[in-house]
Amino acid sequence: MPFVRRLKRNLVVVAGLLTLGYLLLPNVIVTVFSFNDPKGRFNYAWQRFSTDAWTDPCGVADLCGSLSVSLQIAAWATLGATVLGTMTAFALVRYRFRARGAVNALIFLPMAMPEVVMAASLLTLFLNMGAELGFWTVLIAHIMFCLSFVVTAVKARVMSMDPRLEQAAQDLYAGPVQTFLRVTLPIAAPGIAAGALLAFALSFDDFIITNFNAGSTVTFPMFVWGSAQRGTPVQINVIGTAMFVVAVLCVLAGLVVADRRQRRTS
Amino acid sequence: MTTDRGGDVRLSGISKTYGSFTAVHPLDLTVPQGSFFALLGASGCGKTTTLRMIAGLEEPTAGTVSLGGRDVTALPPYKRPVNTVFQSYALFPHLDVFENVAFGLRRRGIKSVKKQVGEMLDLVQLGEQARRKPHQLSGGQQQRVAVARALINHPEVLLLDEPLGALDLKLRRQMQLELKRIQTEVGITFVHVTHDQEEAMTMADTVAVMNAGRVEQLGAPADLYENPRTTFVANFLGTSNLIEAKVETASGDDLVVEAAGQRLTLPAARCAAPAAAGGAVLLGVRPEKISLTPADDADRVPAGRNRVTGRITAGSFLGVSTQYVVDCPACPEFEVYVQNIDRDPRLVPGAEVVLHWDPAHSFGLDAAQDIDAGVETAGADEEVAAR
Amino acid sequence: MTAVAGAPPEAPAPAPRKRPPGRRGRLVPYWLLLPGILWLLVFFVMPMVYQASTSVQTGSLEEGFEVTWHFRTYWDAVADYWPQFLRSVLYAGSATVLCLLLGYPLAYLIAFRAGRWRNVLLVLVIAPFFTSFLIRTLAWKTILADSGPVVGALGALHVLDVTSWLGMTAGDRVLATPLAVVCGLTYNFLPFMILPLYTSLERIDGRLHEAAGDLYATPSETFRKVTFPLSMPGVVSGTLLTFIPASGDYVNADLLGSTDTRMIGNVVQTQFLRILDYPTAAALSFLLMAAILVMVTFYIRRSGTEDLV
Repeated sequence: MPFVRRLKRNLVVVAGLLTLGYLLLPNVIVTVFSFNDPKGRFNYAWQRFSTDAWTDPCGVADLCGSLSVSLQIAAWATLGATVLGTMTAFALVRYRFRARGAVNALIFLPMAMPEVVMAASLLTLFLNMGAELGFWTVLIAHIMFCLSFVVTAVKARVMSMDPRLEQAAQDLYAGPVQTFLRVTLPIAAPGIAAGALLAFALSFDDFIITNFNAGSTVTFPMFVWGSAQRGTPVQINVIGTAMFVVAVLCVLAGLVVADRRQRRTS
Repeated sequence: MTTDRGGDVRLSGISKTYGSFTAVHPLDLTVPQGSFFALLGASGCGKTTTLRMIAGLEEPTAGTVSLGGRDVTALPPYKRPVNTVFQSYALFPHLDVFENVAFGLRRRGIKSVKKQVGEMLDLVQLGEQARRKPHQLSGGQQQRVAVARALINHPEVLLLDEPLGALDLKLRRQMQLELKRIQTEVGITFVHVTHDQEEAMTMADTVAVMNAGRVEQLGAPADLYENPRTTFVANFLGTSNLIEAKVETASGDDLVVEAAGQRLTLPAARCAAPAAAGGAVLLGVRPEKISLTPADDADRVPAGRNRVTGRITAGSFLGVSTQYVVDCPACPEFEVYVQNIDRDPRLVPGAEVVLHWDPAHSFGLDAAQDIDAGVETAGADEEVAAR
Repeated sequence: MTAVAGAPPEAPAPAPRKRPPGRRGRLVPYWLLLPGILWLLVFFVMPMVYQASTSVQTGSLEEGFEVTWHFRTYWDAVADYWPQFLRSVLYAGSATVLCLLLGYPLAYLIAFRAGRWRNVLLVLVIAPFFTSFLIRTLAWKTILADSGPVVGALGALHVLDVTSWLGMTAGDRVLATPLAVVCGLTYNFLPFMILPLYTSLERIDGRLHEAAGDLYATPSETFRKVTFPLSMPGVVSGTLLTFIPASGDYVNADLLGSTDTRMIGNVVQTQFLRILDYPTAAALSFLLMAAILVMVTFYIRRSGTEDLV
């Protein structure tokens, strides 16, 4: 029974692909339903094909406004978290100092904390300080929870870096600043970039912490949340699909370029 | 020896401690300009720390480093006229070969580097590979980039930290000759750190053997080999047979000693230990100095030679020579290397033999030392290097 | 934190040093740390303190709150909301187990069997992140719709009878049941399981499998005795990365569940943002944090991977 034997040998492949299907199914639905023309306010049942939403993605009040708020917050949060996180990571890997253990724990804790706890406690702080909830409180919160992820990403990269490279630079007449700019930073760059990308994604997609601390500011996830109660416009699916397609294309293009370069030079 | 010339490296009372651990004991060392100097020792003996203190990568706990009469102890590495070929090369992975080699020139503000880099790459035969990244090169090519990257700066001293450790045996031999050629060509002082005694002896004019943070002995390779002054040097550099002996008479040019009932002679001048009648001494002899004669022919051994009897326990045929291990009352594992000129079929394991050698080839060491010092460390390192 | 070799501690400064003592240099790490650590202290640690203090306050929005060490709030919170606590642990636990069962084959496939498709598969695992998770969670409303093909198939296969009997579904509905919530949680946190699993599987030398086979291990023994133990770091960090956020989540319970599937996150959210009973909300949040910390510490200790951090 060759078929049974082949199936047995490839059981893990079949199971893995089924999981992948489970993972991707919602994206397929989101894409398909971006061409729906729903009856009523909710876009949950298929009616008929339409490209109306694609031709008018900002046709719903506040949707594109919330998108722009999210992009702005994500951009600033990425910048802030990347700068602070990179500095912290360098200090942790490159120097010995007292309280290292405590600092490491402080970096780890936000990642081991359910979002709702951080969201709620941050809100108590802002309420107690009488801070006005809005763009700035959201930004502060995002930098806070992105920071740890940036530190982890950069740390991994800097740790795997041979300290002799920096010594070699010093040996070859590069002072401390030159060594940092010409050797350390370029080599750490992939780690920093990975941290920054992660921060952007986390910030852009965050809902729970944002929901607690945004006041009347509406980010894109909050808009989606609100529409889930009031009625889901097809344009949400359009935005979701577009982001998915653009991001996947970017990544695939990057892979192809890297592959080409690899082949050309070796 | 030499007084301060232009590019001498002088270490005066230099030492390094990490907490309670002393990596390098106070050390005085002068490396004359233009010489090829090797620091030889097992891992952890302080040789790399010494090198790094010359480079400025490690701050000495005490003492000074001077180059050509100028005290550079306080200078950071990037201000010293010294360059290093790092262990496993430390080539910048994000820069191509050309930029790696040009790095030092650019940092010193030299704008037109193209010609110099080109020439240097030609010198190390890497002109074709200029635009490759380090990870696309073979081990030997990477090694040559590392040398070129350092040499292009015309340093007063080139420091080499186990530069050949990552290469396989054949390539290592080739690069040894190559480095020696380059050194003769450019005439720069080379300070070379290695754990490989053959490498040190092949390449260097002067070898300093280090052990546990101290220099055990310093000298030309042949001198170190023929006249070791400690058991560590005797065992670490090649192989030595060491016999525990008692001094019988210590008058005149020769010492007469006794070991397991056999009387042996050695030149008093070659004895590194104070020897008085009745005292203990270690008599050493290198395996290749010894001749083997089957016990049946014992009467044909010329008079006046040191002789010891024993039984062959093992023999391994190596082509040029055969290495025998002989069990003797005076020394249980006596090693003997016999050139394969006329192979005597009677010399097989189990055979009773007489070992004999010219008394002038014996040397004497202080018996108060560990007789096996340097044996295992050398063996262990060889294994590491072979991998 | 051993002081052996590697990085030497400062030498006890004997003999006058010629190099400037570098007092500035010694402060560099602290300057580098200052902004990041300050940020975390002010916006992560301080909020925790405020939250702890809020949880023992009494008062009302109009009159203001005051610390009265009113620990009864905790007692009341547990008494009123223990079902939600229990549900959080159960749902998050089930989702974690499901993630492990579903994620392991895929991680294994990518690590060992994907060949040149490895990068493409990895991209596909990460890709869903690029669409907002709320939009994707809403898509499950369509997938699990009452008269949809999925529910129809599950009903025809009598799976729903079993799950109903287990109390996971009600009648021929999936939406608005615990099953839908667990399904949503599993879906949302699956990549957090797959990626650490993949990372630790990918580090395993493929020759170990051959060696195990050479030493008479059957494929399943090879997996149990070699592959799985070596992937433990991935299993541990994967389960943590799944369980922790899942236990505090309220989005899935809200979008896919009903009032009977409310988790502790939902309670905190309503207390804080709708009812404005800050002390109760703070106490609940504090309890959740404490429970998670205790569980995580215990779990890391037990699994012996304390170097995880």
